[in-house]
Amino acid sequence: MDILRFATAGSVDDGKSTLIGRLLYDSKSTFTDQLAAVERASRDRGDEYTNLALLTDGLRAEREQGITIDVAYGYFATPKRKFIIADTPGHAQYTRNMVTGASTADLAIILVDATKGLVEQSRRHAFLVSLLGVPHLMVCVNKMDLVGYDEAVFERIRHEFTAFTTKLSTRDVTFVPISALRGDNVVNRSYDMGWYGGSPLLHHLENVHIASDRNLVDARFPVQYVIRPQSHAYRDYRGYAGQVAGGVLRPGDEVMHLPSGLTTRIAAIDGPDGPVDEAAPPMSVVLRLTDELDVSRGDMICRAHNAPMATQDLDAMVVWMADRPLQTRSTLILKHTTKSARAMVRDLQYRLDVNTLHRDESADQLRCNEIGRLRLRVTQSIFCDPYSRNRLTGAFILIDEATNLTVGAGVIN
Amino acid sequence: MSIEVLEAEAIHIMREVAAEFQRPVLLFSGGKDSIVLLRLAQKAFRPAPIPFPLMHVDTGHNFPEVLQYRDKRVAELGLRLIVASVQDSIDTGRVAEETGPRASRNRLQTTTLLDAIDKNGFDAAFGGARRDEEKARAKERIFSFRDEFGQWDPKIQRPELWNLFNARIRNGEHIRVFPLSNWTELDVWRYIDRDEIEVPSIYFAHRRRVFARDGMLLAENPYQPTGAGAEVYEATVRYRTVGDMTCTGAVLSGARTVTDIVKEVASTRITERGATRADDRVSDAAMEDRKREGYF
Ligand SMILES: Nc1nc2c(ncn2[C@@H]2O[C@H](COP(=O)(O)OP(=O)(O)O)[C@@H](O)[C@H]2O)c(=O)[nH]1
Repeated sequence: MDILRFATAGSVDDGKSTLIGRLLYDSKSTFTDQLAAVERASRDRGDEYTNLALLTDGLRAEREQGITIDVAYGYFATPKRKFIIADTPGHAQYTRNMVTGASTADLAIILVDATKGLVEQSRRHAFLVSLLGVPHLMVCVNKMDLVGYDEAVFERIRHEFTAFTTKLSTRDVTFVPISALRGDNVVNRSYDMGWYGGSPLLHHLENVHIASDRNLVDARFPVQYVIRPQSHAYRDYRGYAGQVAGGVLRPGDEVMHLPSGLTTRIAAIDGPDGPVDEAAPPMSVVLRLTDELDVSRGDMICRAHNAPMATQDLDAMVVWMADRPLQTRSTLILKHTTKSARAMVRDLQYRLDVNTLHRDESADQLRCNEIGRLRLRVTQSIFCDPYSRNRLTGAFILIDEATNLTVGAGVIN
Repeated sequence: MSIEVLEAEAIHIMREVAAEFQRPVLLFSGGKDSIVLLRLAQKAFRPAPIPFPLMHVDTGHNFPEVLQYRDKRVAELGLRLIVASVQDSIDTGRVAEETGPRASRNRLQTTTLLDAIDKNGFDAAFGGARRDEEKARAKERIFSFRDEFGQWDPKIQRPELWNLFNARIRNGEHIRVFPLSNWTELDVWRYIDRDEIEVPSIYFAHRRRVFARDGMLLAENPYQPTGAGAEVYEATVRYRTVGDMTCTGAVLSGARTVTDIVKEVASTRITERGATRADDRVSDAAMEDRKREGYF
């Protein structure tokens, strides 16, 4: 059994909460006390039916306003897989929330309301899925019950959406006509849409192939923590702990250390329960090397003939997430893999309109929830790959030194 | 497979904390989640010892079996345990004991915890909370920022992307870290089963004198009157969660081994907190309100 992490996106009222509630309910992942609470709350609100959306609407402020305000994580399992849902709300802070949820997602679900068709936000969502490198996209055309389960409506939306997604980098896009409210094609096949030859949503979630989504080619091991027991028994022990970010490492492999550029061999790899024969993402392991090198947190272990870029100059797409706009020449803390360093915004090449993909080269700042292409100068060399090649060594966050808030997320070009 | 991925994620989080903070602490209650945390901490740093102390907020109303387990475990591993006592907070006038039949020391723990964090200068505290436990928890970050009053503000949480955690704080602030965020109750038991970890005896079916209140079975205990008319009787029960004797409910169960428990949890239709925590029955938002004040 493996884990599928997926993010859900949609505009307010597209039926996202209802869909998640339906998934949990029909896959028998809800508990009787949760359902009782939801039934009670539905009655209190005067809803005519048990509002499954209330299963996921978490915080008090949201319950009062009836909207989702922050990324909420949900869990369920079927005999095939464990699922982690990042429910990312679709209103004001939608970009920030969606980028957060999508950053770790294997798959994204975008909802489209069949009665409204494609809206501006649908394009935004698809663009963000592509920017964040989410490998699989499922477009759920919801509320099919309100359009008489009409195939033509579904096909029209599918064609329009496909015209847009072909411009993006997401390769695997699947469309499913559903009614979250009535449960059509969510877990169970719809009786009213015989024309739909595909499988219900859950079936896709259970079977989508994700094993090959991780980079198993380029060996990347950002050193996170040095283990050096101060004890007699382990006097000579020096282990470099970290989470494998790419490739497959094996004892005996020749490896290169950055920044020194020196090569050595892997003497042994210790997993959580002792020595292992190989390590691949996302394992957390400890490497021991045959030579004594000066290795510390923030360094990188890779292969001599396949090293990441080592650069102080980054060209990246950045999502800005702070109220105070991003301006050129501002200085921020950049955290990339296990390394933190100061970085200065050298220039804003353009601001991207996420609805039209238009590039505004006259822009001189990024406001909250805007996306731009930046050039950054970092005080130290960063060992990185293009994000399209590796989602871990190609990503960074930006932290405001004055407030300590996380204010930006970047993907390296 | 999935348990290994969760384990790798938790170990990554623990090492990140050890690397980025000056004075972390691991909150250890002797309950199953903190037992798993402790095991993960051993694995994250070995063959070196765990590079931080443990702390238990002792309400004075804990199950004796759990305290015994706690002390035995700490001694076996040669770790340092700090016990922060709610009774001390009451005796020194920091908090006042609640009264009435539904009185509990649950809420008082917050002050004791925050005082101990401040006194010891801890800048990060590991907790065993999981997002599947409760709706407010479902939105909390893995690195959860607490201001100088220890408060959690759901509206200004730091976005958390990829496996990059923002560990920056000012003096007096701290971060609560939840390495088990993505684990469910079932994952925790499967892990205990796989690693054959010892747990306190009250997790297994045993005979106990209990009484019913608010739809829950509470243990007869020295700290709480059973209330007029409440019938005390003996039943075969076990605990799904261990908290205070005064507000933690037992469930009827015949599960005698960890494998039995895994089976039981896999088929149960009631959530862990729903079955067992009187403190969350007060209102639908009880946990959220406590968390804002600085609760675990
Ligand atoms: N008829 C119909 N209504 C739906 C469907 N899905 C959701 N709704 C309704 O649309 C409204 C918004 O749904 P909700 O799940 O709260 O949307 P969210 O804002 O995207 O989370 C609610 O009144 C739902 O009952 C559907 O498939 N068919």
